[in-house]
Amino acid sequence: MLKTPIYLDNNATTPMDPRVLEAMLPYFTEKFGNAASRNHPFGWVAEEGVDYAREQVAKLIGASEKEIIFTSGATESDNLAIKGVYEMYKDKGNHIITLTTEHKAVLDACKHLEKLGANITYLDVESDGLVDLNKLEAAMTDQTILVAIMYANNEIGVIQPIKEISAIAHKHGALFFTDAVQAVGKIPVNVIEDGIDLLALSGHKMYGPKGVGALYVRRKNPRVKVTSQMDGGGHERGMRSGTLNVPGIVGLGKACELCLNEMAEEAKRLSTLRNKLEKSLTELEESYVNGNQSHRLPHVANISFKYVEGEGLMMAMKDMAVSSGSACTSASLEPSYVLKSLGLSDDLAHSSIRFGLGRFTTEEEIDFAIEKTKQAVTHLRELSPLWEMFKEGIDLDSIEWAEH
Amino acid sequence: MAYSDKVIDHYSNPRNVGTLDKSKQNVGTGLVGAPECGDVMRLQIEVDENNVITDAKFKTFGCGSAIASSSLATEWLKGKSIDDALAIDNMDIVEELALPPVKIHCSVLAEDAIKSAINDYRVKNGMPAIELEKSHH
Repeated sequence: MLKTPIYLDNNATTPMDPRVLEAMLPYFTEKFGNAASRNHPFGWVAEEGVDYAREQVAKLIGASEKEIIFTSGATESDNLAIKGVYEMYKDKGNHIITLTTEHKAVLDACKHLEKLGANITYLDVESDGLVDLNKLEAAMTDQTILVAIMYANNEIGVIQPIKEISAIAHKHGALFFTDAVQAVGKIPVNVIEDGIDLLALSGHKMYGPKGVGALYVRRKNPRVKVTSQMDGGGHERGMRSGTLNVPGIVGLGKACELCLNEMAEEAKRLSTLRNKLEKSLTELEESYVNGNQSHRLPHVANISFKYVEGEGLMMAMKDMAVSSGSACTSASLEPSYVLKSLGLSDDLAHSSIRFGLGRFTTEEEIDFAIEKTKQAVTHLRELSPLWEMFKEGIDLDSIEWAEH
Repeated sequence: MAYSDKVIDHYSNPRNVGTLDKSKQNVGTGLVGAPECGDVMRLQIEVDENNVITDAKFKTFGCGSAIASSSLATEWLKGKSIDDALAIDNMDIVEELALPPVKIHCSVLAEDAIKSAINDYRVKNGMPAIELEKSHH
């Protein structure tokens, strides 16, 4: 029996795997020590838990455990990487290159640095969501100290050509940072093979707990340093002070271990389900998949259903949790900046739905999602004046709309 | 954001969805909003010889609150004279549907649609258009 509502918003957050919870529980109660307490067993036990987690995290991304800095999550990791690199290397140059489709944590950290004198290039992506490597190369200057480009996009799931990007950055003497929150644990990520100098990841996007994440900071070839953004007891090799969130870190480690063991099989299963969902839903007239379809995460589908509005659509899909590029709830009424960066017209951006599948998604749920979404789109199109006009052959662009 | 029961009711069972023949002399049509903004309402009224609205229909592209606002507007319009209909204020809709502040623009759009439909009817029938307040959104 299907339990509703079904959860298809796994790019926003994932449920925690019960095996992760089990690993964490002792660290709330009997193993409660401060990992920085060096002179008694309570501290040692906590430190052991943290050390093991550090190995688990490092192993998933092909790093050494000494290169993992634990943080409160990806937003903090993004801030530490970008602001920390800028502060550390600003004597070498003040130029940073990023993408317009980055997460707000990256974009807003860059905006913050602009006020401090940084020169930021926000590169547009192509209509499939991928960066044009020639444009990246052309944007590099002798002042460029950092290229900050996400591994995979949170809204459309497209995977950037990371190896090529890092090669361009290094050729011009810049460091390469990637926000890999959506990619780590879902697809193979290897900091050595990919040429990554700094990488942000988050626990709650990979079946781990919220409030914990990590920043990978390369120690060899080259040795990378970041200026700490949180001053205090000098934890995490002086790069991030603050008593370690031991249960969270243990959970993050366990989550990484599970992903490492199960990723290949899970990705295969999820891409089959995703493809089934996408194929069925694009059988609907005037529905379009957003973003590149061959370089993409296995578990995301972003589809625009033309002539229906996303928020209204989500309301009709009431037994499903999904998200929409329509920003009808925000005061600005601006639809998704990511979809707009692809060159999507505002009305198509308003009509988009993101389906994010996950470890606990079943085929039964996908069948349910297909049926309910089709019903909802059909129902809302019956209510839509735009659909009626389209059916009558009226060119909507020929109408002078009263923009408000 | 949670929707009020009344929004859900109008959204789930929208009243008076449909299309009137806009070429008819006694039908007024208002088409307001823009696809880029994420909401477009089309509201139509059919008016008898005493200037009383005998039928009203809508179609809306938009969120649940926009659909509910226009559905409610058609309910209120039926049986009203076109002069009384002009008195419908967006805040009446906000109150009836318990719309939150971020959804007030949906009610404004519904008011605009009513006035636009009435004006279309008036102009068609040789009456001067009513000066519309500049919409406040």
